[in-house]
Amino acid sequence: MIRLFLALALLALAAPRAQAHAFLDHASPSVGSTVHGSPPAVQLFYTQNLEPAFSTVQVVDANGKQVDKGNKTVDPKNPAELEISLNTLPPGDYKVIWRVLSVDTHTTEGKFTFTVAP
Amino acid sequence: MSPKRNKTVLNVQPAVSWAAGVCRRLSFAAGAAVALLPGGKALAHGFAGARFFPATILTDDPFVADEASLPTFTRPPLGPDGSQEYDLDFDLAKRITPDFGLTFGRGWTYLQPKGAPAVTGWGDLSTGAQYQLFINGDHEAMALAGLNVEWAHTGRVQALGASDFTTLTPTFDWGKGFGDLPDSVKYLKPFAITGNIGFDFPAKTESAGAPNPNNFNYGFALEYPISYLESQVKDFGIRFPFQRMIPLVEFAAATPIDRGGGPTIGTVQPGIIWAGSYFQIGAEMIVPINGQSGKGVGGVIQFHVYLDDSFPNSLGKPIAEWFK
Repeated sequence: MIRLFLALALLALAAPRAQAHAFLDHASPSVGSTVHGSPPAVQLFYTQNLEPAFSTVQVVDANGKQVDKGNKTVDPKNPAELEISLNTLPPGDYKVIWRVLSVDTHTTEGKFTFTVAP
Repeated sequence: MSPKRNKTVLNVQPAVSWAAGVCRRLSFAAGAAVALLPGGKALAHGFAGARFFPATILTDDPFVADEASLPTFTRPPLGPDGSQEYDLDFDLAKRITPDFGLTFGRGWTYLQPKGAPAVTGWGDLSTGAQYQLFINGDHEAMALAGLNVEWAHTGRVQALGASDFTTLTPTFDWGKGFGDLPDSVKYLKPFAITGNIGFDFPAKTESAGAPNPNNFNYGFALEYPISYLESQVKDFGIRFPFQRMIPLVEFAAATPIDRGGGPTIGTVQPGIIWAGSYFQIGAEMIVPINGQSGKGVGGVIQFHVYLDDSFPNSLGKPIAEWFK
């Protein structure tokens, strides 16, 4: 049995680096941050490349009303970046809700808030 | 990965003189396959909504998975009789379907009794079967039911105190993240807790004149993932590799419930898990809760591979999906 386990360990270490679960590395506006003035877009940067067709992001205000332009895109030059444009945001709290599929079909999701100050 | 080779007993595998008693009482955690509730889509190593549950070292995990611990090295606290032990444990969890999985585990032990020659050898083979009862992403909650089996005469019974009887352990494992707390306590949101309960049912009531009691096993792990804080609550600028760290404290104990089995034994284990994309590394201190659980402080280090991420299109898929 130990040979089986050691073989698995070696295989894992030697495996070609497939794409794993995509975790949110950072965002703009930053998670939990306060920005002055309406940001033009929300940019999300992940730890793995994304499948554009199955990666989504939505931005809503404190009442749950959608405030993004619905034009999410995965940057062709950086497939680990998901972006969506925003309408002009009045001061208030906003929630970013995302769900992405990494290129090896692992799904992850999350949400965070940011605040727009005058 | 849920029922590993007795995660509960991992750190208290004992000296000859008390090995059998402790092993029997801490027995093997969870496993099997009683589908009481409809299962959600299991996503391997512990995702429930935005929550990622790492594979903890001591306590059982509430999710089926394709993972392997290769290996877990443990230096338990000294035994009550002054003996010192070192363990190398190997565990494998493999999904058969997205919600049903099997586990296999075995450990190699070096035991140095006080004033006697050292002995080495393999411990019992443990196997488990587990079913994912549910995963609730909105509330970051999950649970599984399992049945673990520690097989008789698969380890060195006389020298290392391995069992001469088979033990069945039905278990229930659960996990809950606190991400649904109100924003007024947002810094508590990263907290998560996993826990397990189980009962040992040994197939023999006594061995070599000593009773084999039925035991109640219980434990929990309280964790605070830095990645959750950074990606869901507040970005403090903590970046790789530090954002992958998960401070945690684990506790597990076993209480005999009949046959004069003696006092409760267990350990508390503070430590850190670093969870990467393809593997995780964990290290914990082992603190016995009483004299019957050991003397002094021990430690454990684990290297743990995510097979589903390392081999997403082959070994890491549920076996039922290999032929599609």
